[in-house]
Amino acid sequence: MEILEEKKNKNRPYEPILEGIPDWPVYQLSKNRKEFVELVTRKSIERIKLLRPTRKQLIDELEATVYREQNRIKRNRWRVDPTDDARFWSGIKNQLIELSPKTEEDVLVVEDELLLKIVHRYANEIAGNFKPNSYRFTREVVKFWFQRLLNGARVKKFGAFFRNQYTLRDKIQIVGKVKMLRSLAKKGTVVMVPTHFSNLDSILIGWVIHSLGLPAFIYGAGLNLFNIKIFAYFMNSLGAYKVDRRKKNLPYLETLKMYSNLAIQKGAHSLFFPGGTRSRSGLIEKQLKLGLLSTAIEAQRNLYQETREGEVRKIFVVPVTLNYNFVLEAPDMIEDYLQVKGQDKYFPEQDKYGSVQLLRFLFKFFTKGSNISVSIGPGLDVMGNYVDAEGNSLDAQGRIIDTKDYFVSNGNITEDKQREDEYTRMLSHKIVTEYHRINRVFASHVAAFVAFEMWQKKFPKLDLFSLLRLPEEELELDYSEFRQVFKRVRKKIYELKDNGKVHHATHLKGKVDQVIKLGIENVGIFHLKRPLLKNKKGNIITNDLSVLYYYHNRLVGYDLEQYV
Amino acid sequence: MTLSSMSEKPVGVIGAGNFGTVIANILALNRKVLLYARDPLVADHINHKRENRGYIIHEHVEATNDLAKLATACDVIFPMVPSPHFRTMMKQLSPNLHPYHILIHGTKGFDISLPPGETIESIPKLTRQQVKTMSEVIQEESVVVRVGCLAGPNLAKELAQRQPGATVVASHFNEVIQIGKRLLRNDRFQVYENNDIVGVEIAGVLKNIIAIASGALSGLGYGENAKGLLISRGAVEMVYLGRALGGDLKAFLGVAGIGDLVTTCNSPMSRNFTVGYRLAKGEKLDTILADMAEVAEGINTVRIAKKCADHYKIRALITDRLYRVLFEGMTVEEALEFLMRYPLNVDIDFI
Repeated sequence: MEILEEKKNKNRPYEPILEGIPDWPVYQLSKNRKEFVELVTRKSIERIKLLRPTRKQLIDELEATVYREQNRIKRNRWRVDPTDDARFWSGIKNQLIELSPKTEEDVLVVEDELLLKIVHRYANEIAGNFKPNSYRFTREVVKFWFQRLLNGARVKKFGAFFRNQYTLRDKIQIVGKVKMLRSLAKKGTVVMVPTHFSNLDSILIGWVIHSLGLPAFIYGAGLNLFNIKIFAYFMNSLGAYKVDRRKKNLPYLETLKMYSNLAIQKGAHSLFFPGGTRSRSGLIEKQLKLGLLSTAIEAQRNLYQETREGEVRKIFVVPVTLNYNFVLEAPDMIEDYLQVKGQDKYFPEQDKYGSVQLLRFLFKFFTKGSNISVSIGPGLDVMGNYVDAEGNSLDAQGRIIDTKDYFVSNGNITEDKQREDEYTRMLSHKIVTEYHRINRVFASHVAAFVAFEMWQKKFPKLDLFSLLRLPEEELELDYSEFRQVFKRVRKKIYELKDNGKVHHATHLKGKVDQVIKLGIENVGIFHLKRPLLKNKKGNIITNDLSVLYYYHNRLVGYDLEQYV
Repeated sequence: MTLSSMSEKPVGVIGAGNFGTVIANILALNRKVLLYARDPLVADHINHKRENRGYIIHEHVEATNDLAKLATACDVIFPMVPSPHFRTMMKQLSPNLHPYHILIHGTKGFDISLPPGETIESIPKLTRQQVKTMSEVIQEESVVVRVGCLAGPNLAKELAQRQPGATVVASHFNEVIQIGKRLLRNDRFQVYENNDIVGVEIAGVLKNIIAIASGALSGLGYGENAKGLLISRGAVEMVYLGRALGGDLKAFLGVAGIGDLVTTCNSPMSRNFTVGYRLAKGEKLDTILADMAEVAEGINTVRIAKKCADHYKIRALITDRLYRVLFEGMTVEEALEFLMRYPLNVDIDFI
C-alpha cells in the first residue's frame, strides 16, 4: 500500500533568490508607479497612432471606443467601476461631436488631447500597486491558516491545531524543473504560463511562487475579482494588474499589452494564463490567447534594440500545469461548455452550489487524501527553444542559438508585426505541446477516461449529447472488463512517458486494483453527485456523466482512445 | 538593376540541376548569386566554362562546393535539391545556419521517415507524422523559421528561354514573400503571393500523380476531351488529398495548383508523363525505370498518396487505380474502364 502514497516531501524550503523585497522588480515598478504609467501612456499612444495612421481612422476609432464604453456603462456596470465613468465618456463624446466644424489644425490638437485622456485613464486603471507590507501580511495569513487547517484536520487530537506536523507542501507537490526556474529567474525575466482549470489556480500559483523562493510576479487578474473588496486588497498588494474583459476597444487592448510589455522589459517576472479563461471542457488548452503572449516576444525584441550587446536581459517562458483530482467548478463549467457546443441539443438541469460548499470543500481538501500537483516545465526562450540552466537557447542538436537573430533581417534588428504575430503562434504551439508533455496523469484521470470511453464504445451510434442524456441506470461497467481496459491504457501511458510525451504520478504504478480504487475514490471527490462509483455488485456506475466527461477530457489528445 | 542591390550580400542557390541552374540565372538578374554544386568538378566547370547542362551561366553567378561558405556569405538561400536528398543536405547545411537566414525552396516532393526495416507498403498506416513537406524538413533540421517555397508551372527549359512564366512564393511570413518577390521578379517572370505554404507545397507534389495519368491517356492515343476530363477530376482529387494533408483549398486553385497541373499534363518531356505514356504502351514499370536516368518523382508520390488516402479515408480514385497499374499489374485500359464506369456524378462539392 505504501507505493500508492506520494512520497512525502522532505526537501527543505527554498531560500529566496533575492533577499529583500526592495530588490524585487515588482516593488521597483510600483514605487515608481507614476512614471511608469506615464511611460505606458506615451508608448501606447505612439503604437495606436502607428496602427491608425490617418486622422480619419483615428477619429473613427475614438468614436467606436466611446460608443462601446457608453454601451458598457449602460448594460454592464460593476462595483469596481469608477464613479465618474459616465461623466468622463460623455465628456469625450461631446468633444468629439464639437470637432466636425473645426479646422484641420484644431482637430489635430483636440484629437491628441482626447487620445491622451483615454489612454492615460486606461493605463492608470490597469496598473498594479504592489505594497510590501500587505504582501508580507497576506503571505503570512495564508500560510498560517492553511497550516492550521491542515494540522487540525489531519491529526485528530486536541491541540493538533497548533502543531506544524504537516505543511502545505505535503499536500501540494511541486515537481519538474524547479532548480532551472530558480536559476532562470536570477538570470533573466520569467514569464510563467500555467494551464487554467479553476479559480483556485491564482491562489495556488501565488503560493507556489512564494514557496519556491521567487520574488512576487506581476499578473493580469480579471477586473471582476476586484469587485470583492477583500480580494481587491490582496490582489493589489500582490502586484496584480487589472484586465477588464468587457473592454475590447483598440486603445484599451494596446494599452494593456504595452503595460505587460514594458513591465517585462523592466524585469518584472510575469504570469498570465494564456488560455484566457478557465478551461470549460476540462481539456488541456489547445488554443491560446495570443495578445499577452505576443508582449513577451515584443519585449524581447525591444530589449535587443535598446540595450547594449551583452547586457540584454533574456526573457524565459515557463509553462506550468496544475493537476487536480477535483475541480470545484467542474459541473457548472461543463454545463456551460455543453450548452455552447450543443446549442439546443442539450437540456441542462439547474443545480447550483453555494458558498457552504466552498467551505466544505476546503475542509475536505485538508482532511482527505486528495492531492494537487504542480508541474514546472522546462524554460523556453520567446521562440519556444529550450534553454539550459545558464539561459542559453539550444537547438534540437544542442547547439547554442542567439535569440537575437530571429529579429534580424539583412543584418539589422527590425520590427515586423506580421513576423512577430507568426512567432507568437509558433510559441503558443510550443507551449501547448509542453503542457501535454509535463501534464501529470493521476489515477483518477485514467479512471474517468477509461470509464467514459467504454460507455461511448458501448453506444457507438449515439453522439455525445444523446449519450449524456441516457438515464444513469443504463450505465454499468463490468468491473473485470473495466480493469482490463484500465491496465491496457495505463501501459500505454507508461510508454508515452518513456517517450517523453507525458508524466504520471508515482501512485499510478501500484497494484492495478488499488490504483483503480484510488482513482475512483478521487475523481471529482467532493461533488455531490459523484462521477464514478462502485455499486454493490462491485461494478462501475456513474451519478453524473457530464462531469465524468469533464474529467475524462483531461486525457484527450494523447490518442489513447484506440486502446479502449 | 540598381547599384545598391548589387552591393548587398549575394543570394545562395543549393543544387546545380536544371531547375537550380535556371533559378540562379533568374536571381542573377537582380543580385550576385552563389551556386552550390555537390560535385566539385561541376562547380569548377561552371566557373570556368560558364555553362552547365546546356545553359549559359549569367556573369553574376559564382559556383562553389562549400556549403559553409555559402551559408556565411548569404542570408537568403534557395535550396533546389531533389526530395530524396533534401534532408541529408539540410543536415549538412544546418550547423552553418542561424535564425536570421531565410530559406525559400523549390523542391516538389515529400520526405518520408519510416522506422528501420519498414517500407511504405509494410507499415500499417502512413500519416502526417511520417510524411513531411520540405519546409517542415527545414524546420526540423535547422533553426531557420523564416521559410518559403516557390512552386508553379516552371519548366526549366522555357524559363531559360525567357518565355513568359509565373511562380508562387508561399510563406507564413510576409517578409519572406516580399524578399522572394524582389529577388525573382523580372519583366518575363511574374511572382504571386500565397501564405499557405503547406498547401502550395502539397499541390506541387500531388500534381505529379495526375501527370503520370495524363501520359497514360496520351499513350492510349486519346485526345483533348479525355485530357480535359482528367485535369478537372485530377484537380478535385488533389483538393481532397491536399486538405487531408493540411493544405488549404485556395492553393490548389492557383498558379501552383491548376497552373502547374495543366503545364505538367501537357509536357511530354517530363519524366512523369513519360512513365505514364510507356505504361500505356504496355511496358512494365521495371523496364521503364531501368532506362531512366533520374527517378520520376510521381511514382513515389503515388505510393505515399495511396497510403495516406487509405489512412485518412479519402476517395482518391485516380491515385488508387494508378497504384494498381504501377504495382499490382493492372493494365491502363482496365483502370480507365473502372474510372469511366464509376457511379460518381457530383462535379464539385468542396466549395
